[in-house]
Amino acid sequence: MPAPAQHRIIFQHIDEPGYTNDLACYVQHGGYEVMKRAYARPPAELVDEVKKSGLRGRGGAGFPCGVKWSLLDRKSGKPIYLVVNADESEPGTFKDRYIMHQDPHQLIEGIMITCFANSVKQAYIYIRGEFPHGARILEKAIAEARAANFVGPNVLGSGYGCEIYVHRGAGAYICGEETGLIESLEGKRPYPRIKPPYFPAVLGLYQCPTIVNNVETLCHVKYIADVGGEAFAKIGTPNNTGTRILCVSGHVQKPGYYEFEVGKITMGQLLNEVCGGPLPGRTFKAVIPGGSSAKILKFGERFKGKRKVGAEMVDYDWAVEDVPMDFDSLGMIGTMGGSGGVIVMDDTVNMVEALANINAFYAHESCGQCTPCREGSLWMKKISARMVHGDARPEDGQLLKSVADQIAGRTICAFGEACAWPTQSYVAKFGDEFKGYAEAKKAGKPAATTLV
Amino acid sequence: MIAPAQPELVTVNIDGKEIAVPKGTNVIEAARLAGVDVPHYCYHPKLTIVGNCRMCLIEMGLPAVDPATKAPVMDPATGKQKINWIPRPQIGCATNASAGLHIRTQTPQVKDCREGVMEFLLINHPLDCPICDQAGECKLQEQSTGYGRGYSRFIEQKNVKPKRTLLGPRVMLDDERCILCSRCIRFAKEIAKDDVLGFIDRGSYSTLTCYPGKKLENNYSLNTVDICPVGALTSTDFRFKMRVWFLKQTNSIDSESSVGANTVAWSREGVIYRLTPRRNDEVNDTWMADTGRVLYKSITAADRLTAVKVNGADSALDLAINAAGELFKSSAGAVAIVGSGRSSVEEQFLTKQLATALSAATHLVSRVGPGDKILVSADRNPNVRGALVTGLISALPAAQLNALGAAIDAGKVKTVVSVGEDLFAAGLNATQLAKIAVVYLGPQANATSEGAKVVLPTLTVFEKSGTFVNQQFRLQKFLKVVPGVSGATDDLVVLSKLVAAIGGAVPSDLNPLWKVLAAEVPALGTVTFANLPETGLLLDGTPWAALPFVEGETLHFKPAAQPAAVTA
Repeated sequence: MPAPAQHRIIFQHIDEPGYTNDLACYVQHGGYEVMKRAYARPPAELVDEVKKSGLRGRGGAGFPCGVKWSLLDRKSGKPIYLVVNADESEPGTFKDRYIMHQDPHQLIEGIMITCFANSVKQAYIYIRGEFPHGARILEKAIAEARAANFVGPNVLGSGYGCEIYVHRGAGAYICGEETGLIESLEGKRPYPRIKPPYFPAVLGLYQCPTIVNNVETLCHVKYIADVGGEAFAKIGTPNNTGTRILCVSGHVQKPGYYEFEVGKITMGQLLNEVCGGPLPGRTFKAVIPGGSSAKILKFGERFKGKRKVGAEMVDYDWAVEDVPMDFDSLGMIGTMGGSGGVIVMDDTVNMVEALANINAFYAHESCGQCTPCREGSLWMKKISARMVHGDARPEDGQLLKSVADQIAGRTICAFGEACAWPTQSYVAKFGDEFKGYAEAKKAGKPAATTLV
Repeated sequence: MIAPAQPELVTVNIDGKEIAVPKGTNVIEAARLAGVDVPHYCYHPKLTIVGNCRMCLIEMGLPAVDPATKAPVMDPATGKQKINWIPRPQIGCATNASAGLHIRTQTPQVKDCREGVMEFLLINHPLDCPICDQAGECKLQEQSTGYGRGYSRFIEQKNVKPKRTLLGPRVMLDDERCILCSRCIRFAKEIAKDDVLGFIDRGSYSTLTCYPGKKLENNYSLNTVDICPVGALTSTDFRFKMRVWFLKQTNSIDSESSVGANTVAWSREGVIYRLTPRRNDEVNDTWMADTGRVLYKSITAADRLTAVKVNGADSALDLAINAAGELFKSSAGAVAIVGSGRSSVEEQFLTKQLATALSAATHLVSRVGPGDKILVSADRNPNVRGALVTGLISALPAAQLNALGAAIDAGKVKTVVSVGEDLFAAGLNATQLAKIAVVYLGPQANATSEGAKVVLPTLTVFEKSGTFVNQQFRLQKFLKVVPGVSGATDDLVVLSKLVAAIGGAVPSDLNPLWKVLAAEVPALGTVTFANLPETGLLLDGTPWAALPFVEGETLHFKPAAQPAAVTA
């Protein structure tokens, strides 16, 4: 089956010749018209549209956006904040930066609609420290929007006022975790908060109800406000509505970002047709479907089970290539859609070394607050680094897995899973490579590359 | 008496055992009530909950209800309401008791969680135990024995961190031992209100440190040493001095102010090595001030009195008592007594008996300093209220003995008995002192004891037993920690001998003395020394409610509202 064509909603103007990131260009392309119409509607109606759309968060967890908004504590009398999570740090993910670099007003419009819908008076864009250019562009875009009265004390003369502030992070992966982000925004160390009781919808920024949404999610909100929730729900597949930006990196002919209807394209179509297949003379070995923390898929393995199609349960028997790229299907086969970062590895990659690299990342990025992740991530890094650079033991694979098993599910935030899942899945699926790594090294291959 | 508020009770099930606990009690405390130990490091009952050590992971379940009808879902096998167990382990410290909460602490999953956390905490922890001061009272040792695997799978290099960082004048930090529980950080911020501690770096390389340019030098810094579950924070005073398992623990009271923080004195073979706070939720929670922890040094201080003296020459106790008796007789009707707010209730009672027998006027010297709003109050005498209760005084003392001075000037007072007070410092001048003979009894020397006719060395608070009445009118007991130094005599013995010297008779032993006390002091009614609870006994302070006490607010004390202008 040939791959479907890209369905560009968010990336409609990305890389379009002549399209610039200033306000004039955006308005010329119909910008802020959706917002003007939205501001004429009752806010609750906009929330309903988002609920009807079935939009799921694009940051990684895929939590339904409308449900997130409906959990907000609106009766406390406290101000409600919107925090835009632009701390795009998951390795393999590079979608939000393109939105912010090339189409920042799309994000601002999405923010202003979301704020209006939820009676938010202040929004913060938390942008990762490594995006200085993006921060400058956003600052400029917000200034432009403010000058044009799209942002400010009396937006579009409606009497409703809302400010947007850009806050730059200092370079920490954990600031992408929503409660860690909130702590950082408050000026503290980004230690994720314990839940309960600190659910952002109730006790978020400054202990006030807070929405934390991803950049791409908010751009979808703008589109939903435009076409309506029901029309949006028709894009994609049931429970996996809309489009999704897939960032493909690694060993394919044409890496890059592609926007497809969710679930309408399979992994095989994406890699072989859209991305041009493996590099010449190579074969695919493994792929991470949703950012480096997602569990790895091994080409050649099969996934069997039952899934819901419409109202019926249907048997499925998939190879990696057959898996539809949506939240539910990827979840069903034991990994996740995550942030949409697809990392491809071919037969030149040694999985022990790949894992050593990923473990080094997570050990470096663990915030250090709670014990299992703090100690476990560094221990896993030390083991895998020793395997690559020192003496590998046949039992190291099992030790790695055992350490990872002691982390997942026992930490304050999802970083525990993020750092444990790679190890768990690599060892489970490529156990022989771990067992035989010492012998393989003695035989002169593979040549250990320098690690981070 | 005001009845304490009755908390709403809920029934929870811990390891199959039903127990009623106040609603909202966390699982660690609820399990403690049920006699079940839930190990933990970062949780501390008096600090905010952060849930970072993950040692208290437990399995938790709630009674199942039908989502639509809210009707209980019954389990046909047991006939009881079905329990929905949460698959992921939950932290006990942040899980609060609600009706029907079910907890399991003995399952394979919980065991595995504890073993995992123990292993993680130990992999980068140095094997310092043989030289570590915390050994013997180290939570890491205790819980690795109780809940660890007992072997190591770690063959990598351990992290290297600073081993000797002085956080402040009294606290030394060993970062390698630190398990990053953040108790000290929370203490500094929440209790001491001196936010100086924090972590730098991240992940396993996180390191505890003071903020740039700051030091942990507040008067509560040593509490961080107490609450440190491992040997990361040690007291520069106690460090490397003694193994804790050799030390005997005796309950004592911090005598530096009228707060009366409950303490434990740790001693071995007649020597005190340290003082630590003892939990009393009505007085000092689990804290005490650093200044109170060095009071034991008064036992061996250079100014300690160890020789009975008469007219400046060494003497024996009975001879000195006789000499005092002669003085009393020769100046009959012209004796005054300067009692002490640092004496125990029992001593103040005997001082009162002495005053009555001598028909002497009694005075007291106040000692006032700035209160710190935590555990050091403005009244630096630990037992002014004891003097009120025993009737030694009826009005609050002044800092200067002006009335006594005037009486001396008028020739009405020829002999003064000073219970540990320096009459110079209390405002008497050299001319006045030259006119009088002084009988001095006290543990420490001062200008007054230098010139006294009779010097009777007595004991410090650590060498005797007794009671103080703190600012809340709480009667609290302190016990003898170490034997008195050679040459000093128990104050009660000295006072009863002085009474005997003029023909009176009062017991000097605590138990018989308390019979007299209870009979003669209405406020002490049915109290005996033996049955006084460890956490003290609140006396009725209403007879003295109108007095303008000097204390401001402290941790568990609010001063009674004073009439706006009582003094003109």
